[in-house]
Amino acid sequence: MRLMSSLSAVFAVILLLQVPLLSAKEAVPMAEDPVLEKIVNEISAELRCLVCQNQTIADSHADLAVDLKNQVREMVHEGKTQDEIVDYMVQRYGDFVRYRPPVKASTYLLWAGPFLLLFLGIFVLILNLKKRRLLAGEQDTALSPEESERLTQLLKSEEEKNKS
Amino acid sequence: MRFLLPLGLFTVIVGFLWVGLSLNPREVPSPFIDKPAPDFTLPQLHDPQKTFSNKDMLGKVWMLNVWASWCVACRQEHPLLVQMARAKLFPVVGLNYKDGREDALRWLLDDGDPYVLSVMDNKGDVGIDYGVYGVPESFVIDKQGVIRHKVIGPLGPAELQNCVIPLVRELEKATAENPISDEVKKACA
Repeated sequence: MRLMSSLSAVFAVILLLQVPLLSAKEAVPMAEDPVLEKIVNEISAELRCLVCQNQTIADSHADLAVDLKNQVREMVHEGKTQDEIVDYMVQRYGDFVRYRPPVKASTYLLWAGPFLLLFLGIFVLILNLKKRRLLAGEQDTALSPEESERLTQLLKSEEEKNKS
Repeated sequence: MRFLLPLGLFTVIVGFLWVGLSLNPREVPSPFIDKPAPDFTLPQLHDPQKTFSNKDMLGKVWMLNVWASWCVACRQEHPLLVQMARAKLFPVVGLNYKDGREDALRWLLDDGDPYVLSVMDNKGDVGIDYGVYGVPESFVIDKQGVIRHKVIGPLGPAELQNCVIPLVRELEKATAENPISDEVKKACA
């Protein structure tokens, strides 16, 4: 029985080891050169697929994405730099093809927006905290004459208790 | 007073959504407007021995229409193109994009051939040069070989009437002293 369970454990381990091997085999890149393919994938991850717009051409299997990836591969083969390849795509498909939009007049709001919202949030928070502290402060200081009289009486009675 | 801030925020968000959701994400602004049409020389569909180059059309105002027999939206657009050809409005050259020659020829035989000629871009290289990402696409090109307007997706009768035809007519007359009118620019924007 024990032998059986250890055997099955070994078997399970072998199975587990097989899984990454299998998937690695499936993902064999089209070009033979793994270094080159890595560069191609890096550049493709910067480019938007225009057919399925929320995917990069590295992720997408749309026809156009495959074509564009081949184009990138060819250009890397020719020794073009990443900037040159991205420029090539921008010339044809516009800034939209870049997954990371460039910083320029029409995209200032896009880039600054999150920080503006953050500062707005901090501003509102500070305002609220200040208001709260002010309210708390008012309550502390304001002791009506009756209240102060009662306080002295209480203190007096306490003193008398202590004496006796 | 205490509702002012949330109400303001709400209004701003609704404003953004109102505009954002009414935009068409398929319509990516083309970087080609007012740029020279990329050069190509491709074999003709009907006679692959002959080639055609965009430079052959210099001096004419014409339209380059990207189509394919596998493209469903092209079927929707096709009857209008055939009507345009019958009315002899302006020359339309077909760029048969990533298609099989047999399929393409059969399509033109069955549904009519609105093109003065078609060229074959089997691998889609010229398509990439023209930034094609959704067939059909149409480019209006002026006498100097400059792209003046791009239609993404099927050309509709309204856009043809209001923008394309007036634009082509003005481009045919246009000179340096006689640029395109603002009305046409607005209609095509």
